[in-house]
Amino acid sequence: MKTAMSEVDVRSARSLDEALTIMRDETRVPVAGATDVYVAANFGTLEARRLLDIWAVDELRGISLSGDTIVIGALATYTSLIKSPIIVERLPMLVDASRLVGGPQIQNRGTVGGNIANGSPAGDSLPVFSAVDATIVLRSASGERRVGFNDFYTGYRATVMKPDELIVAVEVAPVEGKQWFRKVGTRAAQAISKIVVAAVRAPSPKISFGSVAPTVVRVPRTEQALASGASIEEAGRVLADEIAPIDDLRSTADYRRRVSVNLLNRFWSDTGTTSS
Amino acid sequence: MQFTLNGESTDIDANPSARLLDVLREECGLTGTKEGCGEGECGACTVLIAGEPVCSCLVPFSQVAGTEVVTIEGLGDDHPLQHHFMQEVGAQCGICTPGMIMAALSLGDNPTLDEIKVALAGNLCRCTGYSAIYRAIMKWKGMPA
Repeated sequence: MKTAMSEVDVRSARSLDEALTIMRDETRVPVAGATDVYVAANFGTLEARRLLDIWAVDELRGISLSGDTIVIGALATYTSLIKSPIIVERLPMLVDASRLVGGPQIQNRGTVGGNIANGSPAGDSLPVFSAVDATIVLRSASGERRVGFNDFYTGYRATVMKPDELIVAVEVAPVEGKQWFRKVGTRAAQAISKIVVAAVRAPSPKISFGSVAPTVVRVPRTEQALASGASIEEAGRVLADEIAPIDDLRSTADYRRRVSVNLLNRFWSDTGTTSS
Repeated sequence: MQFTLNGESTDIDANPSARLLDVLREECGLTGTKEGCGEGECGACTVLIAGEPVCSCLVPFSQVAGTEVVTIEGLGDDHPLQHHFMQEVGAQCGICTPGMIMAALSLGDNPTLDEIKVALAGNLCRCTGYSAIYRAIMKWKGMPA
């Protein structure tokens, strides 16, 4: 059987130690649920010819609490996030985001680590982690380090990760304030975002947009305007100036700018009644 | 590589990088599973792994080792849901039908119409307008439709 994948070499790791050793000794692209990597492969745009399958590394699958901090294993799937009492209770906007990633088939395989590593500016979970200032835990055979989520991307699909590192977990400190998530796509299900936003209503609001820049972005000037008591109309003008969306196959820059301002208004009115 | 296919222990020698879809169709001769979009949008290639619907066009064969895979052939020719799809004309061109049925199998008892729609959100049909498909599933679940 000769297929598009015949030229691709896959090794499988059964444990994190084995995976990190292979990543140290060989140049391989890690693949978890394959919902991005195999799309690229099917379309002939996958450059990598050597993959490391880490799907079986069960120690990266957990969702737990360490003190008050939520620790989400890199291989946690969207389905597991939707079902997790910890996430439902403490980070409900991540449940909202997870429900809108593809259909159930994708939610059953797609992982948090994969969404982050893939680094699409339209990745649905990314604004959530950005808005809550999550921490990404990276590990290699030589050790572990933590990177603030908002310091992780250096450009379009570019990150601070080294070739031998794996994302092993995402940590989220307790979130104070009302969480809000919204995705605008072409249809209710199975859409790739034209605009995706996650926000937290607190004395210092935190707002993060996807699909308006080469990476997921916080909008600090807009946040500052709201924190200092500007009207939502003023904040909307700041936002329109602060983001830099582009025309692409899914939408136009003008549409994205207009909808982003509308979403900011909606966030503010939806979360305005109480502060918790 | 060993796995359970439609209830039977199976040993297939294929490239670990191969798509499960290709292994099923080309190596196992099970052509009921269809290829539609090749990007996880359409759900035509849906099979169950450990009881969960997945897009077999996006599953590396390496991830199938030791698991339980069920395809449309695993239902036999006399499954009640198949009969309801025929009676309600839930299939027209038929390409989406195996995936629709496999996705519907993940539903629990007494689903709401909304839950049915969510369970099938990853399956596209360009013929039926979905109503006949929902009706077939509702009748299978003993709901008024």
